[in-house]
Amino acid sequence: MLDFLKTLDRRWIFLAMLLAVAGPILAQQSFPEKPTRSVQDVFDYIENLDEGSNVLLSLDYAPSADGELAPMATALIRHCCLKRHKMFFMTLYPDGLPLIETNIRNVIETEFASAGFKYGEDYVNLGFNNAEEVAIIVMGTDLKKMYPHDNYNDDLDEIPMTENISSLQDMQLIITISTGYPGVKEWVQYAASPYGIRLAVGSTAVQAPQAYPYMPSQILGLLAAIKGAAEYEVALAQRYPRYKKPGLNDGIRRMAPQFWAHLLIIGLIVLGNGIYFAERAQRGHR
Amino acid sequence: MKRETLIWTVLFVAGGLFLLYRGVSAGHGFGKAYVRPVRLKPASEPDTRMKLVDAAPKERDAVVSVPRTVGLWLSAFLTLAILSFLYRDNVFYKIAESIMVGVSAGWAMVAAGFWGAIIPKLIGSLAPALMRAWAIPDLKESARPNLVYLIPLILGIMLLWRLAPRGGWIARWPLAFIVGTFAGIKLISFLDADFVNQIRSTIIPLVVLTGEGRIDVWGTLRNIGLVFGVLSCLTYFFFSLEHRGFAGRIARIGVWYLMITFGASFAFTVMGRIALLAARIEFLFDDWLWLIDPTNKRPW
Repeated sequence: MLDFLKTLDRRWIFLAMLLAVAGPILAQQSFPEKPTRSVQDVFDYIENLDEGSNVLLSLDYAPSADGELAPMATALIRHCCLKRHKMFFMTLYPDGLPLIETNIRNVIETEFASAGFKYGEDYVNLGFNNAEEVAIIVMGTDLKKMYPHDNYNDDLDEIPMTENISSLQDMQLIITISTGYPGVKEWVQYAASPYGIRLAVGSTAVQAPQAYPYMPSQILGLLAAIKGAAEYEVALAQRYPRYKKPGLNDGIRRMAPQFWAHLLIIGLIVLGNGIYFAERAQRGHR
Repeated sequence: MKRETLIWTVLFVAGGLFLLYRGVSAGHGFGKAYVRPVRLKPASEPDTRMKLVDAAPKERDAVVSVPRTVGLWLSAFLTLAILSFLYRDNVFYKIAESIMVGVSAGWAMVAAGFWGAIIPKLIGSLAPALMRAWAIPDLKESARPNLVYLIPLILGIMLLWRLAPRGGWIARWPLAFIVGTFAGIKLISFLDADFVNQIRSTIIPLVVLTGEGRIDVWGTLRNIGLVFGVLSCLTYFFFSLEHRGFAGRIARIGVWYLMITFGASFAFTVMGRIALLAARIEFLFDDWLWLIDPTNKRPW
């Protein structure tokens, strides 16, 4: 048995992982979640902001991270819509622009179609800026120097919700949903720390451990990967019961495969260690 | 027939039969992409130009898009091709990998570099009339040439001089400018955000009191753990002192803190990768095969 386990073809493990992930998706299984403090802090801050506050949403990720970050982007935009905050969208990733357009279309223009949000009055798409961290540095004192016009080439001075905006310091909250560089670190270094602007962070799992040390003094909260998205969806559903529908909560839905896959990995770690100790004991007997 | 060939043949035949079965058994077929027209400029009344965007089949004006349906099938094929690497390196994986690398490099160069910077920012600022006539029709009539942009143009040419057979040293000047500027910017921001502010974050009370004046046990333990963790990790990285005796024991605890951090990082990485796998499998089951419909986007 020990020899069989030691020489087990790793492709069986891949197959087991595929089944652990695909099974719950086919069965459309979901588990209860509870918002942790770092997520609840972000929710409470957005919830308690005055209606019509300026919120900058920087979707700094590419489609390769969409599976992990799109659910939290949707939940955060949904919350901003519910509170009727003014939303300023931007991205520091060249392939982030279609993701902004998808979110605007799916959430603001479709889900909240009856709320009558108007482009230029309630939300604006500033588009992509390729200046990376320099964009944040300049926007800290002069937003229109980096973004003289929106994504559709209209002057910011001619758009109602941007005509009186001069810099990032006019934002009551900045939300960055990021996957790497430029992302969390740059927003902390060039916006949150020097100007004391409140910053909420949504991050990929890989990047999350680097973001935790900034909490709570430099960032007000952190949505760490798909788990953070699921917790935010729960916080939203607790306050707004119409969001309890499973179809609206991609994050919660994707936590079921996480559960089974993690269970499998824990089992494999235990098994691997068991084999190691059994082998050592066998050698000791000899 | 080799074992390998047999496995691939069985997989292809089984996959093909399953697709055939889905096509025949599902009343409305599967693997079709829908689009609907929207305004190109949402806020502009006079600009009535339209563009097509992805739509759910149940939306009122949604129609099947043949190019996007081809894209959907291509996307499904590439997903399966990449996943096939888990079995063994093969030609389908190689094709998908090459497409991925080529498209990423091309996209970054053309979208971010050429159309994101050189055309709108550099040439658009130096010769706005030319750009309006050729590439950016929406560029404002009032835009005038801004000669300050000659500086980045010259620096850029100097940087590319490195490729010339002679005078490679010219590229060192713009490189020195880039290194010097970023060193200055980074130094200040790191000192502020990652040094001073991080030290400030560890200056916290070791005994936390509640509003009623009682000791908050969990808060106290958390703060002690945080401060002790910082000090023990710093001790581990302090190499001017031999790690023996008391300092050695503290450094050893620092190693444990580091191990826990690495473990957390590994666990986070696992979570991230599984989330991406789950998203791809959901794409195959939902968008491509129409086996599930978690977001209720199809009317049937």
